[in-house]
Amino acid sequence: MADDELDLNSLSDPDLANQMHDDLYDGLADEIVEGTEILLSRGWDAQRVLNDALVEGMRIVGIDFRDGILFVPEVLLAANAMKAGMEVLRPLLAETGAQTIGKVVIGTVKGDIHDIGKNLVAMMLEGAGFEVINLGINTDADEFIAALDEHKPDILGMSALLTTTMPYMKVVIEALKEKNIRDDYIVMVGGAPLNEEFGQAIGADAYCRDAAVATETAEALVLARRLTGGEDQ
Amino acid sequence: MSDEDDRLLVIACGALAREVLDVVRLNSLDWVDVECLPANLHNTPDLIPAAVEARLDAAEERYRNVFVGYADCGTGGLLDRLLEARGVGRLPGAHCYEFYATGPGFSDLHDREPGTFYLTDFLAHHFDRLVWAGLGLDRWPDLRDTYFGNYHRLVYLSQVPTSDLVERASGR
Repeated sequence: MADDELDLNSLSDPDLANQMHDDLYDGLADEIVEGTEILLSRGWDAQRVLNDALVEGMRIVGIDFRDGILFVPEVLLAANAMKAGMEVLRPLLAETGAQTIGKVVIGTVKGDIHDIGKNLVAMMLEGAGFEVINLGINTDADEFIAALDEHKPDILGMSALLTTTMPYMKVVIEALKEKNIRDDYIVMVGGAPLNEEFGQAIGADAYCRDAAVATETAEALVLARRLTGGEDQ
Repeated sequence: MSDEDDRLLVIACGALAREVLDVVRLNSLDWVDVECLPANLHNTPDLIPAAVEARLDAAEERYRNVFVGYADCGTGGLLDRLLEARGVGRLPGAHCYEFYATGPGFSDLHDREPGTFYLTDFLAHHFDRLVWAGLGLDRWPDLRDTYFGNYHRLVYLSQVPTSDLVERASGR
């Protein structure tokens, strides 16, 4: 270690968590893995490391991206750093049988291969405690419906980056209606060319402008659905 | 009606400048004026509508006929909202360079392989500055696959191929 390098082991727990927020902001994956392992070795459980160090750090990144302080490359580096930390935590979370707060099937629609935003949403949802089944890109209605049948999620999430591909979201929703399964799922949509008006017009339950809003919306809608007995799984 | 009333102003993306000027020159369209906005606006598409609006405002008293040489270009329909309100037309499609392949031709290219990256003469020439550095890849080359991992084909929509440009394009 160089003389001017910070020894993460020397930091108190709160200082280390704060340092990890900074390291996430700076996209330092190795430091995030090290900090995660140190907190675990000090007796923090995986859920606490996830919430207090990683998710909180990404929340700050999300705010600064929204406000135009950070740009896409910096957010991608931060996301990669968080992913590295989650790789450490994921088996521990599974081992402890941490209760998921809901299940999400998510994908980029047919004809569209853009997945940066969608993957960010998937990661933030996972960080918030959702089980996420990520179908990837160029997903057609049959693939979405097959995944819904197989995984029985609470939420279907669809993403598109192009004005030419976003209408396909309506095709998927119409296919759900034809099969009489539209109301079995919360449908959330997002992507740069979308807006609230479009989400309503195609019959989605929610349009989410960014990953933070998607996470908050997913939590709120799943909770509301459970409170009103709207799910039977 | 003054002479200016008969003129058409094309407000185009700088990435199309040479081709638009060639169309005007080769067809002797001496009643067409061309103004271009910086091509690097493509890296911040949310700024395109405001930049176009400023040019429309500036041209309002001089031109009755204006056409915008942008497609949606990542503005997510915001450019259309502006242009509809102003009664101004634009290039069709999602990307301004689509017309090089014609609308149906571009749709066919896209349908055959959605994971296609399109190069033009302009992009081939300015790739390092506009794409590579514009996406931060000069500083963080590890992000290359995050950006381009889903692209499986490159189509070079060349208008005036030169050996230098073809060499640059084939190196991508």
